[in-house]
Amino acid sequence: MFANFDIDFIIFGIMPYAALTILVVGSIARYDRDQFTWKSSSSQLLRRKQLIWGSILFHVGIITVFFGHLVGLFTPVWVLDAIGVPYWVKQWMAVLIGGPAGIAALIGATMLLHRRLGDSRIRMTSSWADIIIMVLIWWQLVIGLLTITQTLQHMDGAEMVRFMTWSQSIVSWNLNAWAMVVDVHWLYKLHIFLGLIITALFPFTRLVHMVSGFAAPFRYLLRPGYQLVRSRRQKPLPKRAAPKATPAE
Amino acid sequence: MRIRAQIGMVLNLDKCIGCHTCSVTCKNVWTSRDGVEYAWFNNVETKPGTGYPTDWENQKRWKGGWERTKAGKLQPKQGSKWRILSNIFANPSMPEIDDYYEPFDFDYDHLKSAPEMEAFPTARPRSKITGERMEKIEKGPNWEEILGGEFSKRSEDYNFEGIQKEIYGEYENTFMMYLPRLCEHCLNPACASSCPSGAIYKREEDGIVLIDQEKCRGWRMCVSGCPYKKIYYNWESGKSEKCTLCYPRIESGNPTVCSETCVGRIRYLGVMLYDADKIEDAANMENEQDLYDAQLGVFLDPRDPVVIETARADGIPEDWIKAAQESPIWKMAMEWKVAFPLHPEYRTLPMVWYIPPLSPIQNAAEAGAIGTDGGMPDVKNLRIPVKYLANMLTAGDEEPVVHALERMLAMRSYMRTKTIEGVIDEAIAARVGLSGRVIEDMYKIMALADYEDRFVIPTTHREQVEEAYDLRGGCGFTDTNGCGGGSTKGSLFGGSKRPLKMPTEAM
Repeated sequence: MFANFDIDFIIFGIMPYAALTILVVGSIARYDRDQFTWKSSSSQLLRRKQLIWGSILFHVGIITVFFGHLVGLFTPVWVLDAIGVPYWVKQWMAVLIGGPAGIAALIGATMLLHRRLGDSRIRMTSSWADIIIMVLIWWQLVIGLLTITQTLQHMDGAEMVRFMTWSQSIVSWNLNAWAMVVDVHWLYKLHIFLGLIITALFPFTRLVHMVSGFAAPFRYLLRPGYQLVRSRRQKPLPKRAAPKATPAE
Repeated sequence: MRIRAQIGMVLNLDKCIGCHTCSVTCKNVWTSRDGVEYAWFNNVETKPGTGYPTDWENQKRWKGGWERTKAGKLQPKQGSKWRILSNIFANPSMPEIDDYYEPFDFDYDHLKSAPEMEAFPTARPRSKITGERMEKIEKGPNWEEILGGEFSKRSEDYNFEGIQKEIYGEYENTFMMYLPRLCEHCLNPACASSCPSGAIYKREEDGIVLIDQEKCRGWRMCVSGCPYKKIYYNWESGKSEKCTLCYPRIESGNPTVCSETCVGRIRYLGVMLYDADKIEDAANMENEQDLYDAQLGVFLDPRDPVVIETARADGIPEDWIKAAQESPIWKMAMEWKVAFPLHPEYRTLPMVWYIPPLSPIQNAAEAGAIGTDGGMPDVKNLRIPVKYLANMLTAGDEEPVVHALERMLAMRSYMRTKTIEGVIDEAIAARVGLSGRVIEDMYKIMALADYEDRFVIPTTHREQVEEAYDLRGGCGFTDTNGCGGGSTKGSLFGGSKRPLKMPTEAM
């Protein structure tokens, strides 16, 4: 297996594990040790212009694409067979849902990137990590949308099944997984490579706010009522009987 | 009934001279840092004016505070939880920094380093955000100081609602007052309710509302949620910050920095006992003008034996109960009814209260002919329209404000008769429903305002709830990241690093 120790093996066989390890260990370390830096780093206060539309388009688009990839890549092939979804149907779904969502995300990302680089307030208050991650995501969206041109040439879904097999092999510790994607078009390969880079950068950038963003609805909606009161008391107060009379006001 | 204690504040606007000492000392202590240059946990506004941030009182625009829905439910004006979550990518109701002002500094160095030249060297402004030259400063933290700017702009003040305001633009009829503002440490805080992360909380033991800097994720819903615009987003750290009521000082029994340094001695701090179970109903009155009375109904008489007994059972320390009995807040808000909450119509049940200012008789030429209400001038003839004060303090209900102003006039009249003519005139006191003894008490607290009378602050009993041994050698009070070295230069995770100071081994 290690005889053909080529670049494809490094990127599609080894790198996923490296990237995921960095993602998980790095995020836990940051959350535990330096939670103060865990934030969305919103710049809305400094400049509202281009943010409202840019941010909404980008986020709605990219969240759709994110879950599309998650569900699309990690649904076992036998589940598709069992519920009787032909591969070409899934392929069309991916193109018809992911395509517009990707375009929305790209329009949003372009607005946000333009704002980040062009507006002096935002430019001066951006860290290198902010700019690099924005540029990487922008390219990732462009490349991801360009792969659609390749996908449209084989709408039977066979190529898609290879990616599904690859990602599912990765998470099931099959070290031969990389072989599945050796022959695919270079646009796909570049997309995967960039994706792994972004995954590895996740804990070191503002991307960590994704976790909080996904957790926020649960945290907020499950919170009883609206208010929060904190007590230093370590033991709850003893139960007491109701007061004998209503006190005068 | 669930009794809790709250440190409340009263500001006697009748004595505020607008010197901004409170703002400046607060700034020096709390917000002289990157990212919050524009933030003033305490600021003083000249009224009438649109304030800081501009137009903050206009909740149609900012959606701060609470509203009662058609179904009679109380929910944040920004919307229900779902609605708030849907605004997480971009908050439509959040002010931009230009609504406060772009923070600036001046090129002072140029004054001494400029080469010889024809023109006198000047220190030109520079933005504190971008570091770039600012050609013109458009706004500052107190842009309308002493009625600065034209009346047409200032008169957009929300408190002019229902007033024929044009005449107050005329020189002869103009009026002004100061309004120092800080976080209200509300009983029903809208900021805490808007926070999806649950980072904002009210402390059980003293009611101080704080933001957990570790848990804040920068969703910035609190900035729009607070109707007083007293939550500030730190653009450098990406976290929201607010007035802490100087809790490290309060915990040790000291007044807040703004109160301690107030040269006019207008600020009072004291304990109020309240019934936590009544808050929701009190904030949800159908008629806005009932909110002030409903809030009074939430407070509990600290001399009532049943209240004392229940308070003990609810874990309120003995010295806090005693402090509540001597609380200047209780006297002014509940006994004398001269202090009012700021904008009760926001339904947040604020805990920083205001004594409305008296003002000169409106028309000196008519001074002989003005309506006197039995020896005392009619408060309707005061220069500041009562309706204006009522819009600010009682949701537009003039009666309680008139009542308070009359009592203050009576106090002056009574004390003038006593000290100048040597006559004790109980009739003056009786006319406003008080006795001479109460008026002298009012005079002691409100006019003389000794330090001990202004600040009745019991210390926190951390020893009852914390294991002191575990805290030994701990970090004490820090802003932001506690003992961690986060937030900062050179850190692996972005930002700049602060040197980690370890306390010396306690031996």
